[in-house]
Amino acid sequence: MTEPVQSTPVPIEALADKGPLEPPRSQWKDVWDQFRKHKGAMFGGGFLLFITLAVLLGPWIWQVDPQKLDIRGKDMRPIWTALWDSNAKVGWHRPFGTDQLGRDQLAQILSGGRASMAVGWAAMILSLLIGTMVGVLAGFTRKLDGPLMRLTDLFLSLPILPLLLVAVTLFRQPLREAFGPEGGMFFLIVGIIAITSWMPTARIVRGDILALKEREFILAARSIGTTPFRIVQRHLLPNVLSPIMVSATLGLATAIITESALSFLGVGFPSDFPTWGKMLADAVQRMEQFPERVILPGIAISLTVLSVNYLGDGLRDALDPRIRGR
Amino acid sequence: MLTFAIRRLVLAIPTLLFISFVIFMLLQLAPGDPMAQVPLTVPPEVKEKMRQALGVGEPALVQYWKWLVQVFWLEPKVFIDYLTNSSTLLGWLPDTNLYNDELRVISWQTRSPVMDIVIQRIPQTLWVVGMSYIVGILIALPIGIYSAYRQYSIFDQSGTFITMIGFSVPPFFTGPLLIVIFSVQLGWFPSIYDTTHVVNDWASLKVQFNQMILPVMVLALQTTAQISRYMRASMLDNLNQDYVRTARAKGLSEAVVVAVHVLRNSMIPVITVIALGVPAIFGGAIITENVFKVNGIGQLLITALFANDLPMVMTLTFIFAVLIVVFNLIADILYGLLDPRIRYD
Repeated sequence: MTEPVQSTPVPIEALADKGPLEPPRSQWKDVWDQFRKHKGAMFGGGFLLFITLAVLLGPWIWQVDPQKLDIRGKDMRPIWTALWDSNAKVGWHRPFGTDQLGRDQLAQILSGGRASMAVGWAAMILSLLIGTMVGVLAGFTRKLDGPLMRLTDLFLSLPILPLLLVAVTLFRQPLREAFGPEGGMFFLIVGIIAITSWMPTARIVRGDILALKEREFILAARSIGTTPFRIVQRHLLPNVLSPIMVSATLGLATAIITESALSFLGVGFPSDFPTWGKMLADAVQRMEQFPERVILPGIAISLTVLSVNYLGDGLRDALDPRIRGR
Repeated sequence: MLTFAIRRLVLAIPTLLFISFVIFMLLQLAPGDPMAQVPLTVPPEVKEKMRQALGVGEPALVQYWKWLVQVFWLEPKVFIDYLTNSSTLLGWLPDTNLYNDELRVISWQTRSPVMDIVIQRIPQTLWVVGMSYIVGILIALPIGIYSAYRQYSIFDQSGTFITMIGFSVPPFFTGPLLIVIFSVQLGWFPSIYDTTHVVNDWASLKVQFNQMILPVMVLALQTTAQISRYMRASMLDNLNQDYVRTARAKGLSEAVVVAVHVLRNSMIPVITVIALGVPAIFGGAIITENVFKVNGIGQLLITALFANDLPMVMTLTFIFAVLIVVFNLIADILYGLLDPRIRYD
């Protein structure tokens, strides 16, 4: 006689689940887990957040007018100079010292950072928009592909820094009259950096779109009557998000450096409007007596760009599904 | 390969024409007037004649055409005349007298031909920029090779960190920083590059060497950072290939495997990157020249911009564009020559 079959079969022990099933994980949770493993990226992201908050909220906490002249309190050294030089002219009310006109350096760094970061973010976003638009148009529509890519090649062979210098010196006057000295310069610098830096994004996006649009899910979307615009918006753009994010970090870093370089060469914002590059340029003449005036804004620029670059490195690793999970 | 090179060369001409047209039209919008410095007592009709003499009175397209003729037809003539008349290399050839006093591209600042000034300035830029590029490459290659070979070692980690810093710290900060450290505090090197310095014996060569160190270091830091990253990535790609295992399996020493098999293959993309980086380093040298007061072409561009010297700005920007197009071409052709897997036709 055969053994009676049990009504509820006992599962094989080795195949039994130990503990409850993990809830399904979203893509972004995976990305975040991978990102957290990259120490440099975590540090970079943290520092970028810190400096963004500092320049945004700092002027409310450190309520000193960066433009206020204080001739009696000019040429003060930063507070830490007192550690090795007891005769130095320092004071707790001017922790980073003052410049040759008695303007508070801490307040200047904060408001200069505001200008530099604003230019960097705005130029990066604008160049991403242009780059993504050109890339999507070139990759998705066959007719525009040739002309748009030739245009990209042309822009890539333009000498960027000389052209930037030319454009800024030429259009400074008309834009200043139209939008005021600071606003005009802001639009000019942001616009010019964006116009000269969208090409890498466009190339990457086009390449990815070309590969993606032959895939089955696009065919499926098309077969249920999705309009081309919806296909781009719903199916293509989310899939090219990761290369766009990586080139965004690179764009932010170059935009900040370019703005500072322009200010350093003396074609940036007006002279009473502090930016990091401008503070550095103004301090170079007297850097033998007051090296900190060169070093403080220089460190601010360098650390910001360094943290953005590390952030980009970590993002690239975290967004690449072949590396993720290893 | 030859047809590809010729096709690319032919295609480069419309590209350059278009770029020069864009730059020219951009400069046409410039608000500056070359007659701004002329006294107000000069009557307007005389001013008009002076404008005509500078070539500004014509319509923009005519001006552009004249500029093209001057740059592509007259300047080569002048150059050939120079070669056959006074250069040591080709001076034995019979004198050619192709150029007979047509109007060349004239700088509004000095009223002398733009090309003459550019030729005077180019050696300074080439010395500093070229030397820094070579130094940068020589430092970058071993760093890249070794840090890929010992991936994730302490050397690799610190190398990656240093290249990241070289990437992020702009030359207008490293320049002043090095000046503060090495010429103010330590007093080892001069902070200003003296271009009038003549090298004729050992002592003056040493002075020349000393004054070149700081600008070369600033520019080389950037080059090193970029190229060693590429070198490392390219070595890493190749080190995991099957042919490396084969080479090891047949008993080749580690030195031969790395230095011959892997290195040769990973140099292919790196060499194209080196070629592509040349124009960028010329552009970046604008800032370094400004910091160390090297009167090269970058500094010439800045002063011309501030002095509203449009012919000079136009010609210099065009030279930068030519550099980019030419080195892109060189990179493409090198890639095809070095990598037998690449077939352009």
